[in-house]
Amino acid sequence: MSFAWAKQYEPKTPFTKWMDEKLPLPRLVYSAVGAGYPVPRNLNYMWNFGVLAGFCLVLQIVTGVVLAMHYASNTEVAFAQTEHIMRNVSYGWMMRYAHANGASFFFIVIYLHIFRGFYFSSYKAPREMIWLLGVVIFLLMMATAFMGYVLPWGQMSFWGAKVITGLFGAIPLVGETLQTWLVGGFAPNDSTLNRFFSLHFLLPFVIAGVVILHIWALHIPGSSNPTGVEVKKESDTVPFHPYYTSKDGFGLGVFLILFTFMVFFLPNTLGHPDNYIEANPLSTPAHIVPEWYFLPFYAILRAFTGDLALFGVTLVPAKLLGVIGMFGSILVWFFLPWLDKSPVRSGNYRPLFKKFFWFGLVPTMIILTICGGLPAEEPYVVLSQIATAYYFLHFLVILPIVSQIEIPKPLPFSITEAVLGKDDDGAAQPAE
Amino acid sequence: MASTAEGDQDGVRRRDWIHIAALSTAGVGGASVLFPLVSQMAPTADTLAASTTDVDVSGIEPGQSIKATFRDQPLFVKRLTADEIAEAQAEDSADMRDPQTLADRLGEDNADILVNLGVCTHLGCVPLGAGEGEDKGEFGGYFCPCHGSHYDVAGRIRKGPAPTNLAVPEFEFASETVIRVG
Amino acid sequence: MTIRLGGIIVGLGLTAVLLLWSLLPGVLNFALPEKPDYYAFQEENIAPEEGFSFEGPVGTWDVAQLQRGYQVYKEVCAACHSLKYVAFRNLEELAYTEAEVRAEAAAWTVPGINPETGETTTRPGLPTDQFPSPYQNDVAARAANNNAIPPDLSLMTKARKDGTNYVYSLMMGYVDPDPADQALSPEFETPEGLYFNEHFYNINIAMAPQLTPDRVSYSDGTEASVENMAADIAAFLTWTAEPSLVERKQTGWFVIGFLLFATFLAFLSYKQIWAGMKPKKK
Repeated sequence: MSFAWAKQYEPKTPFTKWMDEKLPLPRLVYSAVGAGYPVPRNLNYMWNFGVLAGFCLVLQIVTGVVLAMHYASNTEVAFAQTEHIMRNVSYGWMMRYAHANGASFFFIVIYLHIFRGFYFSSYKAPREMIWLLGVVIFLLMMATAFMGYVLPWGQMSFWGAKVITGLFGAIPLVGETLQTWLVGGFAPNDSTLNRFFSLHFLLPFVIAGVVILHIWALHIPGSSNPTGVEVKKESDTVPFHPYYTSKDGFGLGVFLILFTFMVFFLPNTLGHPDNYIEANPLSTPAHIVPEWYFLPFYAILRAFTGDLALFGVTLVPAKLLGVIGMFGSILVWFFLPWLDKSPVRSGNYRPLFKKFFWFGLVPTMIILTICGGLPAEEPYVVLSQIATAYYFLHFLVILPIVSQIEIPKPLPFSITEAVLGKDDDGAAQPAE
Repeated sequence: MASTAEGDQDGVRRRDWIHIAALSTAGVGGASVLFPLVSQMAPTADTLAASTTDVDVSGIEPGQSIKATFRDQPLFVKRLTADEIAEAQAEDSADMRDPQTLADRLGEDNADILVNLGVCTHLGCVPLGAGEGEDKGEFGGYFCPCHGSHYDVAGRIRKGPAPTNLAVPEFEFASETVIRVG
Repeated sequence: MTIRLGGIIVGLGLTAVLLLWSLLPGVLNFALPEKPDYYAFQEENIAPEEGFSFEGPVGTWDVAQLQRGYQVYKEVCAACHSLKYVAFRNLEELAYTEAEVRAEAAAWTVPGINPETGETTTRPGLPTDQFPSPYQNDVAARAANNNAIPPDLSLMTKARKDGTNYVYSLMMGYVDPDPADQALSPEFETPEGLYFNEHFYNINIAMAPQLTPDRVSYSDGTEASVENMAADIAAFLTWTAEPSLVERKQTGWFVIGFLLFATFLAFLSYKQIWAGMKPKKK
C-alpha cells in the first residue's frame, strides 16, 4: 500500500508513543489523510468533490440525528411534528432546512464526483473496486434520500412512496406480494412510515461504512489524476497534508457559501409546494414529480411507453420495461471498468471519447433531468425516449467501440512533466 | 516540508500568520455551529409557554387536596384545616433538616392554601398523602414509599433520606379563586 | 471481451425495444398537446404595486400589516378556515403584549373537557392553545361547504407556488370573465354553488368572494379596500407559514459574511502552501 517514499508517522511525545503502541489511530489518520499519503501533484478542482461528499455525509448525519430527536414517525402526527420542528424547536427550522438542502447538495457533489469519474475514467484498472463501491454508495444514497423524503408525510412524500414502491409491483409473479411486504399494507401507512424512518436512520451509517471501504480501496493504488498517467516517482506527488487539506479547505468554504445561501435565502426552492400539504391518501396532486436528483432516472422510467409485443402477444409489459430501464441505467455503471478498455484514462487525451462525453452524455443527462420534471406529454416523451436510447448506447455500445477505434493523443511522460514541462528528473522537487 | 524559506524571517512570520488566522477562523466557525446543535435540545417553545398553570382553588374544602399538573409534574394544592395550621405552626420551631415556618411556605396574603410540587426531593418519586385514604406518613402530611421519606402537614421533611422540604413553586392569586403557578 | 460484446448486444437490444415499441408509435402518432379550448386560468400571479415588506434578501415584517392581516383572518377567514399550526402565544411576535395575547386568546372558544363530567365542551382559549378549527371534523366541514373542505391556512403560502402572491391574486381574482376568453369556449359556465375566480386552477372556486370594501374596519386608519385587505391577509399568512423568515435571512447574512471571510483566508492559506509548486509561465 502506498508509495515507498510515503512519510512515516513518528510519534514525538511520550503520550503519542504510548498511543502508537496501543492503538495506532494517529498513524492511521496520518497515512490516510495526513502527510503520509502522497497524492499526485496535478489534481484539479474536480478532485475536491470526494472530500466534499464526505463532508455532506457528516452534515446529513449530524442534522439528521438532531431532527430525529424531535420527529415522530406516526402518520397521525408526522406532519404536525415536522411543523413543530420548524416552529417550536430552537433553531429547528435551520436544522430542517440544512438537512433538506443538504440532501440536494450531497447529490450535486456526488454527481460531479461521478462525472469526474466518467470523464477521467477513474473506474479503470487498478481502481475498479473504488468505482464499484462508489456505485454501491450511490444506490444506498438514493434509497436513503427517497425514504427521507417520505418522513414529513406531505402529499409528495405519500405519493412518492406509493409510486416508487409501485415499481416493485412490476416484477413478474412476486411483484404484488413484494410490494405489499415492502409497505406493510396495501398503501403507504403507519407501518411504512415507521420502517422508512428506521431505515433512513440506519442507512447513512451503512453508507459511512462503505465510504471507509471506498477510501481504503483508494489508498491501495492511490488517487488518479487529470493526465491519467500513473505516479512514477516522488516528484509526481505531494503529501496530502498540507497541500490538499488546504485546497479542500478552500473548496469547502466555497461549497458552504453556496449551501448556506440556499438554506437561508431560498430554502424551499428545490422542494415542492405540495409537500406542505399533509398527506391525503384519497387525493393525488395534479402533477407529481420526484426530487430533482431523481429526475433523470424518472425520465428513463417513463420513456418506456409501449409493451414489448410480438404478433399480439405481450412479452414484457411497458411497466416492467420502465423499471428494468431505470434500474439498468445505474446497474450499467457496475460494468463500466470492463466496457471501456481504452488504455488511456483521461478524457483530455481521448479526442473521440471527449466529443461523446461533452456532446452526448452531458446533454443527455440534462435533457433527461428536464424532461423528468415535465408532464408526460409531447414533445417531452419523444425527447426523453431519444435521450434514454442515447444513454444506453453511450455506455453499452459507444464506449466499447470508441475504446477500440480511437487514436489517443500522446500522453506526457510523467505527472511532473505534465506540470512543469520537460522532466529532467530532480529539477522539480515538491518543496519550495 | 512546506514553507520554511531560509533567511526570509518576515516571510515566514507572514505565512504562519495566514495559516493561524485561517485555522482559527475555521475553529470559530466550527464552534459556532455547536450553538444551534446544543440549543436545539433546550425546552421547545411550546414547552416553555406551558410553564404556567392556572388552578381553580374555589372548590377545595378544608383538609382536601387536589392534584394538578405543573411543568409536566404533579402539583399538590391543599386547603389546610384550622387544626393542621395550628399543628404546623406549633412545630415551626422543631428541629428540622430544612427549617421553614408555615408562613414561609404559604407566602404572603395566603391563609390556608398549601402549594407543593408533588416530587420527593430525594430522587423524584411522587409522595403519597394527597389522595383520599393514602398513607400520610408519621407526621400526617406526605409519605414517599420509594425510600421512606416522611413530610409533615406543611410538606416539610421530618424523617427519611430526602434533603429538603417539598418544593413550593412560585405562585400568585390571579383572582380570588384562581392561583397562577409559575 | 465477453463483457464488451455482451454490453453491445444488451445495449442494442434495449435501444431497439425502446425505439421500436415506445418511440416509433410515439412518433407515428406524434401530436403536440392541443391548447385547451376551455377557459384557462391566470397562471401568473399578480402582486400588490409596492410589493411586500418582507421580500428580498433584507426584507422585514411590516408588523402593522401583520396585525391588520390577523384582523382580516379573525373577522373573515376564521369563519371557515382553521390555522391549526399557529398558537395564540405566537401572536406575541406581532408586537402584542403578553396581556393582550391572553385577552385575545380568551376571546376565542376552544374545545375543552368538563373537569367534573368528562364531557366535551368549550372553554375560552389560553395563550398555549392552537387556533381552533371552525368545524368539529372534516365531515362537518364538507357538509357545511358544498362538499369542499376549506383548507387549513397555516401553511398556505408555502403550499402554493409563489404563495404570498398567490393568496393576494386569489383574493383579487373574483372578476367578471373576460369576454374574449369566454368566446373560446361558448359552453363556459360557472356551475351553481361555485364562483368564478381567474387565479384558481379550476377557474371555479367553492369559496364565495369574501373581501368587499370595508368588510373590516382597521383601527390604524388604513383604508379597508379589497387590495389592502388582500395584501394584509397575504402578508399575515406568509408569517403563519414561516414565522422564522426574517430571523432566517438575518442569520443568513451573518453566516455568509463570516464564510466569505473564512474562505478568503483559506484561499490565502492554500495559495501560500502551493506557492512555487506551479511552473512559472515562460
